[in-house]
Amino acid sequence: MRVLKYLLQKEFRQIFRDPSILRIIFMIPTLQLIIIPMAADYEVRNINLAVADHDHSVYTQQMIQKIKSSGYFKLVNYSSTFQEAVTSIEADKADIVLEIPAKFEQNIVREDHASLFLAVNAVNGMKANLGAAYLQNIIQNYNNQIRTKWVQFPPIPPQTNINVSVSNWFNPMMSYKYFMVPAVLATLLTLLGTFLTALNIVREKEIGTIEQINVTPIKKYHFILGKLIPFWILGLVVLTIGFLIMRFGYQIHPVGNMLIVYLFASLYLLSILGLGLLISTYADTQQQAMLISFFLLMIFIMLGGLFTPIDSMPAWVQKLTWLNPVSYFIDVVRMVVLKGSGLSDIKNHIFVIIGFAIFLNSWAVWNYKKTS
Amino acid sequence: MNKENVIVVNGLTKSFGDFVAVDHISFEVSKGEIFGFLGANGAGKTTAMRMLCGLSTPTSGKAMVAGFDVFREAEKIKQNIGYMSQKFSLYEDLTIKENIQFYGGIYGLTKKQIQEKTDYLVAHLHLQNHQNSLVKSLPLGWKQKLAFSVAIVHDPAIVFLDEPTGGVDPVTRREFWELIYDASERGITVFVTTHYMDEAEYCHRVSIMVDGRIEALDTPKGLKKTYDSVSMDEVFLKLARKAVRGE
Repeated sequence: MRVLKYLLQKEFRQIFRDPSILRIIFMIPTLQLIIIPMAADYEVRNINLAVADHDHSVYTQQMIQKIKSSGYFKLVNYSSTFQEAVTSIEADKADIVLEIPAKFEQNIVREDHASLFLAVNAVNGMKANLGAAYLQNIIQNYNNQIRTKWVQFPPIPPQTNINVSVSNWFNPMMSYKYFMVPAVLATLLTLLGTFLTALNIVREKEIGTIEQINVTPIKKYHFILGKLIPFWILGLVVLTIGFLIMRFGYQIHPVGNMLIVYLFASLYLLSILGLGLLISTYADTQQQAMLISFFLLMIFIMLGGLFTPIDSMPAWVQKLTWLNPVSYFIDVVRMVVLKGSGLSDIKNHIFVIIGFAIFLNSWAVWNYKKTS
Repeated sequence: MNKENVIVVNGLTKSFGDFVAVDHISFEVSKGEIFGFLGANGAGKTTAMRMLCGLSTPTSGKAMVAGFDVFREAEKIKQNIGYMSQKFSLYEDLTIKENIQFYGGIYGLTKKQIQEKTDYLVAHLHLQNHQNSLVKSLPLGWKQKLAFSVAIVHDPAIVFLDEPTGGVDPVTRREFWELIYDASERGITVFVTTHYMDEAEYCHRVSIMVDGRIEALDTPKGLKKTYDSVSMDEVFLKLARKAVRGE
């Protein structure tokens, strides 16, 4: 154990002697955690709307006003012909065309029925779909509004209307911050953990100091632990900073116990650092290490359930995500922060992540060759 | 075979695919000896030395280093040898003191021993005013002397030096060789490769490798006599010209 003490002492001296690395370790994740969740948001805003109004009535004006005041739409084109409105989609100025037929007002008043037409630019599918859905919702609302105004004392009961009301459990405000901030923190930890460890050992390979270590009677697991522990501690510091930003910056008050997430994150870090160490035992140059880490992390993060739900992936990909430590972390964070899950609920996640940590680190020790 | 032999090599071979880097070499080195291991670039010196240090597993043959087998007991060999590679391998972002402390520590020296070694080395190398400077700020010659001292910080039976004086000025090289003689007098066997023929003259015995084989092995005096030459330079040229391997 004395050997380990000297290894750790050396590692910490080197870390603290290089202020640029320290800055990268602490400042960049902090900044990213502040900026990314503000911008990367699932809500669609600034939808450009073109209206082709053939009616020009009071009702259409009211409806357009209502759409504009929702805050989601920007009226970019208001014309009397459909052709003109479509041109603005073609010029990529508009995302949605709302066509109001002639005699729209007349039809509503006299025949109690009117139709509208929506044309959606589906090049940006998400924006178009959500935009159309929002728009339908607003128009529906408007419809209800005018109906109740007329039929205050209905001679006959108004048409029965099936009204679906949705209540969002676990995230009542549907706040994306609750969703995004923990997930961004998970991603940052993953990136930081893998890159730091992978590059650190490979750097020793490049400088040649690792050969000097290999010619000493040092035990392989001592060497690996000597690299694992310092970066684990750094990772925990970043994690703590992240939690503080989450709590005080974003005012995310977790439903569950934050210590559970913290415990899980510390185990998760061990497995991710193991991945970095493993990569470093295979790579000979920092370039190789960067490329391998980059490709692996890309897969891990894209298939981790951060951006798209795992449940909607093809079945075989869903099976692959069982091998993805990131997906377990994101799962646990969401369970505890949003649902208030306790230790017993995430028991399996804990076992799996400990398994990853043991497996990856043992593999790294095994593959680290002192004698070629 | 002499009991005092600390290195005994018999038919040691290393091949990488079809390429035989070291081809059945055999020799012995006795305790306290300064053994020069010469050869042109690419002759296989470094590969042979890496096998003896336990950094590389031989393909075939036998070798005992400090009484341990290179195949089965590589880690035990490592406790008993020092190694200084061609590449400078101290930590440049640590100070002189911290480097000594670190290597002393991983060789299992006690705190007290490390302190004594540090004081001794710093005084011996006249680095009193620099013990807290980063190694990267030192001139090359100092770095090399420091690297050598660190390589023998645990008083090993043998120290392997791979071209330790490359790129160093003649005065510093002279000082470096004084360190080598010191170590040899303390009973440490020195196994050294070099390209400087004046250094070869300082060795007790010299072997010359050509294309993976040991072509000649004798005292510098004996070699000059055998090859009818006035200097080691001439001996080396006569032998190395036979090489068919390029650089």
